[in-house]
Amino acid sequence: MNKLPAGLFNISYREDRQIFHTKFIRFWMVILLILIITGPFFLNGYLLSLADLTGIAIIGALGLNILTGMAGQISLGHGAFIGVGAYASALLTSRLGISFWLALPMAGFVAAAVGLFFGIPSLRIKGLYLAIATLASQVIIIFTIVHWRSLTNGTSGILVPSPNIGSFEFDTDRSFYYIIFGVLVLATLYARNLFRTRVGRAFIAIRDNDIAAEILGVNLFRYKLLAFFISSFYAGIAGSLWAHYITIITPEHFTMVVSINYLAMIIIGGLGSVLGSIYGAIFITLLPEFLRVIAGSLNGIFPDIGNALGALREIIFGLTVILFLIYEPNGLYHRWQMIKAYWKLWPFNY
Amino acid sequence: MIFFLQLMVTGLVVGSMYALVALGFVLIYKSSRVINFAQGELVLVGAYVCLILTATYRVPFLLAFAITMAVAILLGLAIERLFLRPMIGEPVLSIIMLTIGLSSLLKGLVEFIWGTETRVYPPIFPSKPVEFGGIVVSQVYLWSFILSAIFLVIFSLFFKFTKSGIAMRAAADDEDAALSMGISIKKIYGMAWAIAALVAGVGGIIIGNINGVNVSLSAIGLNVFPVVILGGLDSIPGAIVGGLVIGILENLAGGYLDPFFGGGVKEIFPFLILVLVLMVKPYGLFGLERIERV
Repeated sequence: MNKLPAGLFNISYREDRQIFHTKFIRFWMVILLILIITGPFFLNGYLLSLADLTGIAIIGALGLNILTGMAGQISLGHGAFIGVGAYASALLTSRLGISFWLALPMAGFVAAAVGLFFGIPSLRIKGLYLAIATLASQVIIIFTIVHWRSLTNGTSGILVPSPNIGSFEFDTDRSFYYIIFGVLVLATLYARNLFRTRVGRAFIAIRDNDIAAEILGVNLFRYKLLAFFISSFYAGIAGSLWAHYITIITPEHFTMVVSINYLAMIIIGGLGSVLGSIYGAIFITLLPEFLRVIAGSLNGIFPDIGNALGALREIIFGLTVILFLIYEPNGLYHRWQMIKAYWKLWPFNY
Repeated sequence: MIFFLQLMVTGLVVGSMYALVALGFVLIYKSSRVINFAQGELVLVGAYVCLILTATYRVPFLLAFAITMAVAILLGLAIERLFLRPMIGEPVLSIIMLTIGLSSLLKGLVEFIWGTETRVYPPIFPSKPVEFGGIVVSQVYLWSFILSAIFLVIFSLFFKFTKSGIAMRAAADDEDAALSMGISIKKIYGMAWAIAALVAGVGGIIIGNINGVNVSLSAIGLNVFPVVILGGLDSIPGAIVGGLVIGILENLAGGYLDPFFGGGVKEIFPFLILVLVLMVKPYGLFGLERIERV
């Protein structure tokens, strides 16, 4: 939560309400922003594509973290909601000829509407029953996408046009980077702000104890559905960006595995924290790439390692999730806080 | 009419396998409140161990069956000891995610060791089908049904009459009371996982004999969810009834509705039932309704 460094005293409400409390943090935020803007000039093509994928993953993870980490509603259907956003955006642009800039928010709203619908069971059931209900929504949505051939073209997928302004096409990793990171900055700021509003606090109250929250005057019906709405909106945006980045989408991009990946991101990163979603998304997106590099370097010793890469990835993914849950259940964000706290008093930390 | 009966028989066989796998799932949930997303992977491991023993090492089927059961029991005990015990008292989400991680780990290991191509068991049951008044049933199906039924009966008797079985029910009913009566909860958890892995392994051998074995076999782990939700998450009779009902309904739906939807109804129908049950009666047919207090 909002832990302030020692020695910082806020003497007006305005100061107390700031997102970034100290000059130090504000300074580094500006540096970060500059780094993000100038990034494409010194990253090569491969790193840039990784940055793009990570950026999309962060937006999706932020959405899931609002629903699961903040409001405490477990969702195993996030991948399908991302799929809804991707297909909505793809159909709007390729069939109806709507421009990407309009289709992006519209995809968000379509996914949010679908999320709202599948969030209705959350009013009656919770915990693992809700998890199973969202699992069903994942299966049902993907089934619909695969079998509604006249609309979605089934398993063969649809081609998605690249976004453009006038005659400028955003069809490279470099140009698309700016779209993704523009959206990402907005998404992060919104999520960070959500924690400080009535809505965000109602979410946290529902997570901690929904019956107590209801007694305190939080309208469960409204806020649980709102959590599903916001989360699926994020998913829809992430899906739309993904569709226009990849330019061809098929139902295989949005399976159960994707939902599990997103859950792993927020658990490894840290539940209910914006920074945690970012760390987790980076970690999980880069894990397979990291493995590929290692496997490549081991190629001389074990020549067959390339064939077993898929299996290895599953093993490492499973092990990572299990080890994090057993040894670091609060995630990378918590570890980062511990490291910071350690150095704050170093070398007099006794 | 013949078509209908044929679908019923197939559904009954599939349903008995669902019941067997769901039995292990319910057992783990009942005793330790853990939702096991790795049940399908336990099925997978059982199927592969028995396949390798019979096909590669030419072990006689009955012996291979016994060895597979022993391996499954050890695997279940190891999983409980290594992964689940440190997680006692953690929130639902963490435990769900842990078993998801476990499923990924087991699936990866199976793929790593035995590859991804489909393999078939050497023929164990005679291939000549049996006829019951016009309905043709292959012997594999018949034996699968008999085997599932035997195991379901054995475990029903186990929970009713043996000391360990009664201890397990006591622990599931009220953990603290069971502890104070001198029942070792750790042992109960271990046993629950061992039995779950065992029935999953048997299920794996049966399915492997019918369809052949590859990694996608573990998908049955997801199909178990409609079964246990319909029957009630913590009810053993519920698992059996739910398994048979879902098995029959999905086959009937597949048989009659596939022409209208272009295939695949069989996969989706159990989940539609699942959503319906969750909306109307979330604790299932025989599940215990939990009353919540602040």
